Amino acid sequence: MNKVYIAGIGQTNVGEHWDRSLRNLSAEAILAAMHDAGDNVAVDALYAGNLLASSASKQSNIGSMIASNAGLTGVETFSAEAGEASGAAALRMGYLAVRSGYARTALVVGVEKYTDMVGSNIDRVIAHSVDYDFEAMEGMTPQTLAGLLMQRYIHAYDVPRTSLCALPITAHANAVHNPFAMFRRAISDQTYSRAGLVCDPLNLMDVAPYADGAAVIMLTADETIARKNDKPLVEIAASAGAVDTLALHDRADALVFSAVTASTQKALALAGMTLEEIDLYELWDAFSIYGVLSVEAVGLAAMGAGWRWIADNADLALVTMGGNKARGFPLGAAGVYQAVEAAMQLRGAAGNNQIRGAQRAMIQALGGPASNVITHILARTV
Amino acid sequence: MEIPRHWRLQKQRYALVGEECPHCNAKIFPPRDVCPECGGEAKEPYRFSGRGSVYSYTVMNNAPAGFEESLPYTIALVKLDEGPTVTAQLTDLGEKEVAIGMPVEMVTRRIKEDGGRQGMLVYGYKFRPVMG
Amino acid sequence: MANQDIGSYLLKPERGVGIVGYGAYIPQYRLPAAEIARVWGRSPKSVPIKEKAVPGLDEDTVTIGIEAARNALARAGIDPSLLRAVWTGSESHPYAVKPSSTIIAEAVGAPVHIQAADLEFACKAGTEAIVMAIALVGSGMGRYALALGVDTAQAKPGDALEYTAAAGGAAFVIGPADESVAEIVSTYSFVTDTPDFWRRAYQHYPEHGQRFTGQPAYFKHVLTAARTMMEESGTQPSDYSYAVFHQPNLKFPKKAAKSLGFTTEQIEAGLLSGVIGNTYAGASPIGLTAILDIAKPGERILMVSYGSGAGSDALDLRVTDNIANHRKAALCTADYIARRVEIDYAVYARYRGILRMD
Repeated sequence: MNKVYIAGIGQTNVGEHWDRSLRNLSAEAILAAMHDAGDNVAVDALYAGNLLASSASKQSNIGSMIASNAGLTGVETFSAEAGEASGAAALRMGYLAVRSGYARTALVVGVEKYTDMVGSNIDRVIAHSVDYDFEAMEGMTPQTLAGLLMQRYIHAYDVPRTSLCALPITAHANAVHNPFAMFRRAISDQTYSRAGLVCDPLNLMDVAPYADGAAVIMLTADETIARKNDKPLVEIAASAGAVDTLALHDRADALVFSAVTASTQKALALAGMTLEEIDLYELWDAFSIYGVLSVEAVGLAAMGAGWRWIADNADLALVTMGGNKARGFPLGAAGVYQAVEAAMQLRGAAGNNQIRGAQRAMIQALGGPASNVITHILARTV
Repeated sequence: MEIPRHWRLQKQRYALVGEECPHCNAKIFPPRDVCPECGGEAKEPYRFSGRGSVYSYTVMNNAPAGFEESLPYTIALVKLDEGPTVTAQLTDLGEKEVAIGMPVEMVTRRIKEDGGRQGMLVYGYKFRPVMG
Repeated sequence: MANQDIGSYLLKPERGVGIVGYGAYIPQYRLPAAEIARVWGRSPKSVPIKEKAVPGLDEDTVTIGIEAARNALARAGIDPSLLRAVWTGSESHPYAVKPSSTIIAEAVGAPVHIQAADLEFACKAGTEAIVMAIALVGSGMGRYALALGVDTAQAKPGDALEYTAAAGGAAFVIGPADESVAEIVSTYSFVTDTPDFWRRAYQHYPEHGQRFTGQPAYFKHVLTAARTMMEESGTQPSDYSYAVFHQPNLKFPKKAAKSLGFTTEQIEAGLLSGVIGNTYAGASPIGLTAILDIAKPGERILMVSYGSGAGSDALDLRVTDNIANHRKAALCTADYIARRVEIDYAVYARYRGILRMD
């Protein structure tokens, strides 16, 4: 089986790009990745990660649209969908194609256009990742799920309301030095505690802002192609997914993200690594409570202690370029942004946010409330 | 308009009718084809009592389309006495504070319109603080 | 004359029929009449009742009917799959075309092998459903039938009826007399083509005859029905422990009682409009449930409804020894009346959908 090298990376700014379409965004990121790879690289496949297009932009068959718009002929293409983790699912597709030898070089394109529709209609589309018949039909959205989990967490472990502030504060601090980030201002304890309620007890600082954006990773089995740009070589060392019940009400214990545990363990085992060897963990901070529960599920903290671990943590870098909270949350594209950011870290190209001596990174995307979890491990090639 | 899928789920929604697994006796809601406890095929209808308690809750201030008129509303995870947990709105709270553990009972109420003033009315379960 | 061929004016079933189970539902919100007066700049002393029941945003005639029916079935103690008919009378069915009765039937577990239909006759629609149920059971066509009278009445803002147009409903499982908590002794129905209370198709609010509502409408029908019932039965007011009349306010039923010779004590238990308003098709039926909640074996009840200017149904009931049997199987009408959340006119306007949203 082939090694899977990262030959090129590209990304657009994350934000509300009223004047740019799915076509514009995906093309910009593809061109950036092609350029980063050293130009004139032949691509066999394009895997797209996107959540909203078929409903919000009335566009299905998005792989064709992206390839066609970017002038890519001769590729095979389709999109992968796993709720908000669609980008990670597309990455996994690219990984499998290249690792198995069925594609030599593949583009993984995460693209999301949140702003083609406005108001409660787009909220309804985003709620597609919850159980339609028995959750959405009761007036539920992904925010509701996070609100329910946070309420239960606070009650079960008797923690102060403001205890979940550490993750958004870290995210904003890191986004200051990420030129692609949506919000580049640090926030304080007061910002957090004064933030308006979205979904009691969830406040505005607990919720990653939905946005538009596109990020692209070029994967290749060909080391020559991978070394073309003279940048430090990074590879995908492992890829693994796991599933849990779709609906939160069907969980044995709602506060246990068992798919995070399973996916992480599988990925680490495939990579032949332990969690201690990981230098940075791009966990899924769509909501601050998801970050807390992820930290507990991977075993970094005991149940009920995740919030404290994050606050006291100095060992394992989290949300190094702003995470979904401050870099912005382009839904189906976010999983690919994580890969781009981890690759920058491992290349030593993360500027002021550089984690010294970063060799191994774990990135993880969640569809729904960890109903679907896809984890990748990236490593500097030795 | 989504008439068929609402019609399919009427019994479940109007009266909290789920299933009883003939292999392991687990009570299942919502109904599904495979028992989540033992993996056997589950098809026997089972009418829940409607009694349960609040496992968690949250108050919605932004609603998805179709639910704006009832803002703000409270959604809860309700653990039914017979075992399963369901997602539902709480209603008739009045001045009452919601608390985790609060006993609630099922009532059938209007959930939403399926496509505006001309559309079908969707009725279903909500839960209120136990009366009497 | 054709009239001479019908024999007694009473409508009596061939077999013994009675109320096997009964139940009511009243929403929790209350709008004080004084608050309505305040908004329209009228004296709080001029109001006809204390307060009325207002349905919540997620309530309507169907949801009210479902809970009342569940209460009735709980008291009846029968499996709902034994019902042979479901009839719902209302002037506020959620659909102009599509029966409330089938939704209620599905929700309470009635079988598919039933007769079902919706009735309208303004405030008389509930007792009509009861009379029809009596006919089905009394003729031997079916063993049990469910009859409901429910409304979420529409009130024109600023109109006199706004003080009283309210929401609530009652349901009755009608079945064999020997299983009943109250036996039907007889019924009598009186109708004329009298225009008092009507609503044209596509109009939001009903019209009413103002002062014409009194003597030629309400009193003519209620008093005639009561008198004819008693005459044909050979009874007088003192034979009844309770009387319940249609109650659009407090004044009319009290005056009717006095005219007929009933005392304040006799009508007290069933007279609820002061605290819940006029629940239209639910009015005298809910009054009846409140009476059944406290009645004793052997006591006799006279009930007279009224609707649309044009008709009254009278029912003569005798409470049986079974009355206390399943009484606690469901909430009492008093429990619903006691459950009270006061709202002001602004919240009421929002709940009743009278704010312009576009």
